[in-house]
Amino acid sequence: MDIRKVKKLIELMESSDISEIEIKEGEESVRIARASASISHPTPAATLQTPAATAAETVQRPSGHVVTAPMVGTFYRSPSPGSPPFVEVGMRVKEGDTLCIIESMKMMNQINADKAGKIEAILVENEMPIEFDQPLITIS
Amino acid sequence: MPERILIANRGEIALRILRACQKLGKQTVAVYTLIDSALPHLDLADETVCIGHYLSANDIVMAGLTRHCDAVHPGYGLLSENAEFAHLVEQAGMTFIGPTPAHIAQLGDKVSARKTLSNLGIPILPGSIDPVTSISDALVIANEIGYPLIIKAAFGGGGRGMRRVNTESELGAALNLAMGEALSGFGRSEVFIEKLLTAARHIEVQVLGDGNGTCVHLGTRDCSVQRRYQKLIEESPASSVSDDALKNLALKCASAMASLSYRNAATLEFLWENGQFYFLEVNTRVQVEHPVTEMVSGIDLVAAQLIIADTNLLPFDQSSVTIKGHAIECRILAEDASGQPGPGLISGMRLPGGPGIRLDSHIYVGYRVPHQYDSLIAKLVVHGEDRAMALARLKLALNELQIDGIATNVERLKRLTQDPDFVNDVIDTNWNPA
Repeated sequence: MDIRKVKKLIELMESSDISEIEIKEGEESVRIARASASISHPTPAATLQTPAATAAETVQRPSGHVVTAPMVGTFYRSPSPGSPPFVEVGMRVKEGDTLCIIESMKMMNQINADKAGKIEAILVENEMPIEFDQPLITIS
Repeated sequence: MPERILIANRGEIALRILRACQKLGKQTVAVYTLIDSALPHLDLADETVCIGHYLSANDIVMAGLTRHCDAVHPGYGLLSENAEFAHLVEQAGMTFIGPTPAHIAQLGDKVSARKTLSNLGIPILPGSIDPVTSISDALVIANEIGYPLIIKAAFGGGGRGMRRVNTESELGAALNLAMGEALSGFGRSEVFIEKLLTAARHIEVQVLGDGNGTCVHLGTRDCSVQRRYQKLIEESPASSVSDDALKNLALKCASAMASLSYRNAATLEFLWENGQFYFLEVNTRVQVEHPVTEMVSGIDLVAAQLIIADTNLLPFDQSSVTIKGHAIECRILAEDASGQPGPGLISGMRLPGGPGIRLDSHIYVGYRVPHQYDSLIAKLVVHGEDRAMALARLKLALNELQIDGIATNVERLKRLTQDPDFVNDVIDTNWNPA
């Protein structure tokens, strides 16, 4: 489901007295609950009860420390075509190590680790267009 | 031939551009910021790209490039009159749906616009021809034109960077303040001086050019009802001035812009006092108030912009432009009675409708009006066979319109549009009843 739709649902919920809402669209479904949501539930869907979460937490971001895109551009995993990637999953990085490059306006912008740790996931494929705030890499 | 258009704006105008694109079978790519992820045009666009902010030319150009757009529509405000942005768009191989960067620069600088249009026979206000940089320059001009006068930023806009001077004793301090404000607000300290008209009407001419020396005008608008130099109610045609004088002015504007080989939409703004027009400025983009012109001309202005960008041809000639009836637009703002912005969640609404009534808006029940952006949430536009019929429809529509959950200026608009001075059309730009 489109993340914007989920955000809208949360905003709607925050302004109302609804404590829990579940929406189905084809095969996809999303349920958003307030932290104070009651355990009892009138519909059969309640059998799939998840731990109560705050509305904000329900929008899933990748786990771990997420490095997001500071600009719109094209994502590159290596300094030049054919050369090895800056990082691979499982590698340890220090703060300041280069993780990837975002090309914007013919400028290669190095994206550096803002935290030391192990690369947990690389969320974007090489040479894909990316948008502002898009999660790129997670560090555990 | 642009087929995939990036919409570099937000709110009602982004939705308006999307509708024009879809009408012409074009694909759309919409950009938005994290604050704006609930705008309705994002659901209707073929693709969306999150950007850092709407003034980030790099993000917008990269969004267009990486999503294979071949044209960019800038809307109004934001980067729409930024020559550097237009240049970046063109350098990236996309069409800028608007004038050339050179024309934006030439006409966006108010000192150079005054000079250029004066040379083409457009009447300007008495005042300085070159930027004023010293008190001695200012005194020479002031002695020539008299008081009150107004100091304006050459690169200003939206009512900012202007200072009224009533007497010679105020001139020195006002000049320093105006230059400081111009520098901090617009990054350029150049100011100029004009005679201040105290009982003028604001009248403007809509022009479209093909970029090859042909221009047409789509008649006039009267935008005299303003608040802090920002327009609140706009009408077309400008009915307080004689038809002959208006036609004469409109033709002069079209011919001046034609001789510049101007491309796409422009508005030439004037003050009118004691039977004379005085040029104010050129807006090199689509205007907020373009719908009143669409209602009386039957021409889809935004679609015309897209067609000009496509073909470098005007989709019609002057003889096929006919103005029918009268249209009035009210800007519906999210603000309280004192004019303070009133952001918040829209919990309910009742929208007006029926013949001759149009509402351009991006709001819906559940939409949260953000405090970070402009307070314009809707434009209510009415059309009638004459001004009286338009006013009757406006009254109905404003009574029907209800927006719950946030503060709006709807009640104030009801009072203004039913005020005898407004009904009798005897107002000027200082008209501002309680």
